[in-house]
Amino acid sequence: MSLDAVILMLVAMAILWGGLVVAVIRLNRHDLPSLDDIHRDL
Amino acid sequence: MSTTEHTTARRGAFSSRKVFILAAIGSAVGLGNIWRFPYVAYENGGGAFLIPYLVALLTAGIPFLFLDYAIGHRHRGSAPLSFARLRRGTEFLGWWQVAICFLIAVYYAAVIAWALRYTFFSVDEAWGSDPEGFLFGEFLQAGDPGVTADVVVGVLVPLAIVWGAVLVIMALGVEKGVGRLSLYFIPVLVVAFGVLVVRAITLEGATVGLDALFSPSWEALGEPGVWAAAFGQIFFSLSIGFGIMITYASYVDRHNDMPGAGLVVGFANSGFELLAGIGVFAALGFMAQAQGVAVDEVAAQGLGLAFVVFPALISEAPAGALIGVLFFGSLVIAGLTSLVSVIEVVISAVRDKFEMTRVGASMAVGVPATVVSLLLFSTTSGVYVLDIVDHFINQYGILLVAVASMVVVAWGLRALPDLAAHLNATGSLYLGRPWFALVGVLAPAMLSYVLVDAFVADLRTPYEGYPSWMLNVLGWGAAAAVVVFGVLAARLSWRPETPLEEPYEARKELR
Repeated sequence: MSLDAVILMLVAMAILWGGLVVAVIRLNRHDLPSLDDIHRDL
Repeated sequence: MSTTEHTTARRGAFSSRKVFILAAIGSAVGLGNIWRFPYVAYENGGGAFLIPYLVALLTAGIPFLFLDYAIGHRHRGSAPLSFARLRRGTEFLGWWQVAICFLIAVYYAAVIAWALRYTFFSVDEAWGSDPEGFLFGEFLQAGDPGVTADVVVGVLVPLAIVWGAVLVIMALGVEKGVGRLSLYFIPVLVVAFGVLVVRAITLEGATVGLDALFSPSWEALGEPGVWAAAFGQIFFSLSIGFGIMITYASYVDRHNDMPGAGLVVGFANSGFELLAGIGVFAALGFMAQAQGVAVDEVAAQGLGLAFVVFPALISEAPAGALIGVLFFGSLVIAGLTSLVSVIEVVISAVRDKFEMTRVGASMAVGVPATVVSLLLFSTTSGVYVLDIVDHFINQYGILLVAVASMVVVAWGLRALPDLAAHLNATGSLYLGRPWFALVGVLAPAMLSYVLVDAFVADLRTPYEGYPSWMLNVLGWGAAAAVVVFGVLAARLSWRPETPLEEPYEARKELR
């Protein structure tokens, strides 16, 4: 693979997968699921 | 029981925020993520496509997702009921979306049925040395383009199985049917596709494919068509603008952080697309190297990628059966979780309008959908009908109603400040003037460009060279029929039990 391609693949992974992780952490910090929620899911 | 609890019990609801997010991801992650995104990215600048793609995601996709969430979550109803509550005269937009969803459901089920059949074909590579001939000849038995009533049993049986499963899921309701399907199957999809990607990137020649996908063609950024492709991909991929997210958001607890959930759904959908791109192009790189040709000679999208290129690849790859089962199994799961979201739009609307029970509405919608689907798509002409309806309903159904609803909500009703205030009350992300500009100006402008571009292309050249009577009846006719249905259905009165003014929970009990 060319260097350009490797860099862009890593950038895409960092932004999209990293963005997902940040979004999940952000959501949980703002509003943790309640015990009731967890019980209902199970 | 409080009025809110009563309304929740009547309409159904997701048991928690997690289930809602998984259901929304299940709806967004569909066949297009796997068989459309990789090729669109490859054809439109490769690695450089990342820039317009991210711009489209952040400036149009996610803001539009927030708009759908706001309408459904604020007005607590199916698409027609939410629009009717927004302003009585806009109800037709909701029914237009319902009609689009009905049509999509009847052909989408057929593709899932093909994928289901191919999951088993993969085990013994039933296509032999000629996957294309097998698909159109032995499997679909497709003749010349036209409409016939000659039934293909090999398609009829899996299609009936798919509809049987859908009817059961829908009858079980939002929490036990749609919710549980997503809760269990989305993790299975991620694991199965993850294993497929690992297998693909360990094949000889995988880096050739990845190089083709990610090598940037920076000059592509100067082409308007590349930006239009990025906005089109994000729009079609996120399940926005045709009632699904309005319906799902209406099943979510009032105190939820909807913008925060929207960010998770948007990034999860795009993250899965990236995973699909890596898996598909790693596999194509192997195939190109094995055949001694360039990647562009094997690269394809849509039905051709799934049912012609991948079977050929499965025949050549070591442990090809495993790749086949994982690939087609992933298509079945991704398709099924999307299909239930599409048909839920229709069921929810029928329930709201006619005050039907869950099982009653599921059967009232599901049985006719099954019959139409079996009649149109289990015949020797099914593939042609599917191709035409899919193209025209996507371009002149989904895209058109999305632009129309954005313009009506933003400019006709000037409802964006009220909707933003609703999301801001419990959201972790403040929506203000920048959101108004994105939803009211940028997103409709870009989607209008995509729409006009497609319209000009279809006027210049008949789509795929089909006979004009087929395009007029099944294509333009279907696109016009969903608008007419929307207008007519909106003329039916709501039952007295269904309040169109707030408080929505204070429904009148007449029985």
